[in-house]
Amino acid sequence: MHVQKKATIVELVGLSSYSLYRKFLNLTTQICEGRRFLMAMTISEKILARASGRDRVEPGEYVVGKIDLAMIHDLTGPLTLNVLKEVGYDRPWDTDRVVIILDHQVPANSTVTAALHKQLREYAKKYGLKNYHDVGRQGVCHQILAESYVKPGMLVVGADSHTCSLGALGAFATGIGSTEMASVFITGELWFRVPETIKFEITGKMEKGVSAKDLILKIIGTVGVDGARYCAAEFTGNGIANMSMDGRLTICNMAIEMGGKTGIMNPDRRTLDYTGVKAASVASDSDAEYMKVIGVDLEELEPQVAIPHSVDNVKLVSEAGEITADQVFIGSCTNGRLEDLEAAARILKGRKVSPGTRLVVIPASKKVYIEAEARGYIKIFMDADGVVCNPNCGPCLGGHMGILADGENCVSTSNRNFIGRMGSTSSKVYLVSPETAAATAIEGKLADPRKYFGGR
Amino acid sequence: MILKGKVWLFGDNVDTDVVLPGKYLVLTDPNELAEHALEGLVADFSSKIAIGDIIVAGKNFGCGSSREHAPLALKYAGVGAVVARSFSRIFYRNAINIGLPAVVSPRARDVLKEGEIVAVDLENGRIERKNGEAVEAERYPQFLLDILKDGGLLQNLKKRVEKEKIK
Repeated sequence: MHVQKKATIVELVGLSSYSLYRKFLNLTTQICEGRRFLMAMTISEKILARASGRDRVEPGEYVVGKIDLAMIHDLTGPLTLNVLKEVGYDRPWDTDRVVIILDHQVPANSTVTAALHKQLREYAKKYGLKNYHDVGRQGVCHQILAESYVKPGMLVVGADSHTCSLGALGAFATGIGSTEMASVFITGELWFRVPETIKFEITGKMEKGVSAKDLILKIIGTVGVDGARYCAAEFTGNGIANMSMDGRLTICNMAIEMGGKTGIMNPDRRTLDYTGVKAASVASDSDAEYMKVIGVDLEELEPQVAIPHSVDNVKLVSEAGEITADQVFIGSCTNGRLEDLEAAARILKGRKVSPGTRLVVIPASKKVYIEAEARGYIKIFMDADGVVCNPNCGPCLGGHMGILADGENCVSTSNRNFIGRMGSTSSKVYLVSPETAAATAIEGKLADPRKYFGGR
Repeated sequence: MILKGKVWLFGDNVDTDVVLPGKYLVLTDPNELAEHALEGLVADFSSKIAIGDIIVAGKNFGCGSSREHAPLALKYAGVGAVVARSFSRIFYRNAINIGLPAVVSPRARDVLKEGEIVAVDLENGRIERKNGEAVEAERYPQFLLDILKDGGLLQNLKKRVEKEKIK
């Protein structure tokens, strides 16, 4: 059994020193009366200041921000449209800033779902919305937003909690409810409490077989499911600079699982290339102040698993004991991107899924699916006896394509392991990286993927 | 606004999947959603509670999904208010927006007893017990109190659309 040699996560600056510093700054601001006192800001503060037409904002302040992009999908969108109908006014404030994506149960799996899809389709048609993604032109909403819509510096709201994923592109992106979205559709604005920011400084390099999912699980396991409640979680350091956009999206995606209002990263060259913009106008000042700074060393990171029924119930895969897998799911807004499929395909190539295990693979978007097909990953999964479904959320929230029976276990690359999340209330979901999921599919029980890379 | 009801105690991190499981998200009728409220934790919760009963929970109530179906299910099942040590932020906003008071009280979960009758006073930020004792709760900023008094953001929006004649 391998034991981690040292703590990889260290709290560098505590809350008490932060409040003291804020008090000192308030005092200084008062002393500098008559002269505009520009204090350094974080990227989140800058975006909220810009969107609310202010020079600066501070954590705890309430601001009203102009929304750059608003997204609804097939489960939360119909409630928004029902509210608009009830209000008696349903024209979106700006037809170019509204995005509608069918993604949770696609294609429709029941007459009820079909009716929800139809409702969104007719609304898009009524207002000629060009940003409407129907069956065959879609994928998991956050992946579609990342591929085609979100740019650094934007203020983005989505009627889905994992909207925080888009912070990986240097946007301030957060999830809201359906009624609130109706309010955004009418006014183009929303109130925000400027969040405190926790900075995660990620340094070092991961060993083969360990990936972004292991990092974010490790962080959530350390700070807890409410460890970043109401906060912006800013991820920085050379560990992020060296990480692909796919990996960055995985990290920000799960900020909500520690209660975060958003996960966010400063845009760099990779972000600009990914989003197709020439220059980024926004980043945290080097002397910006944080509520907490937490350091994470990637050198020591090992494959992690979140045990049911809490995302912070995180253990090392190597120490989790024997966990049989009735099903393995590779996909979702957390880990359905090209790099995730590549990692899984590398391990599964030329191998077979264990006879007692079902492997469900769902690429996160049409674009990902096409590229995975071109690179031969889809064939690898099917040769291994996996099933590959069309882009959508799949079994992640128990709606479609791989729902669990009583007492079954699923080892999954998705983001939540709550009671009944993927089906029966007596089923269990174990959250892992795509590498660990692939190794598990082969062995039929939770497995450390590093041996497939010549490691432990 | 004073909300009177019987206390139901819950623990920490009550998530949106146990408040309203994902398989019911295709439902949009709040009364149908109500039948499945808290199904993940208490079987037949909706038939066991009385109108106006108060949920009193630990930290991070409503963590997880942005599904508004979760507070809607609680409200239409008859829950008068949710009192918790803390809330997840999306649930907190959603609850207020659909007119279900979400009340932050650091001590309520430790002090209140299962089944006792309490009165939650939103304006004054206190939870009164039958024995005359009061447990402190956070007070809302005025604009949130206004939304709750209107019965939710929808009614508040209706007023606004009418007033500003957005056409």
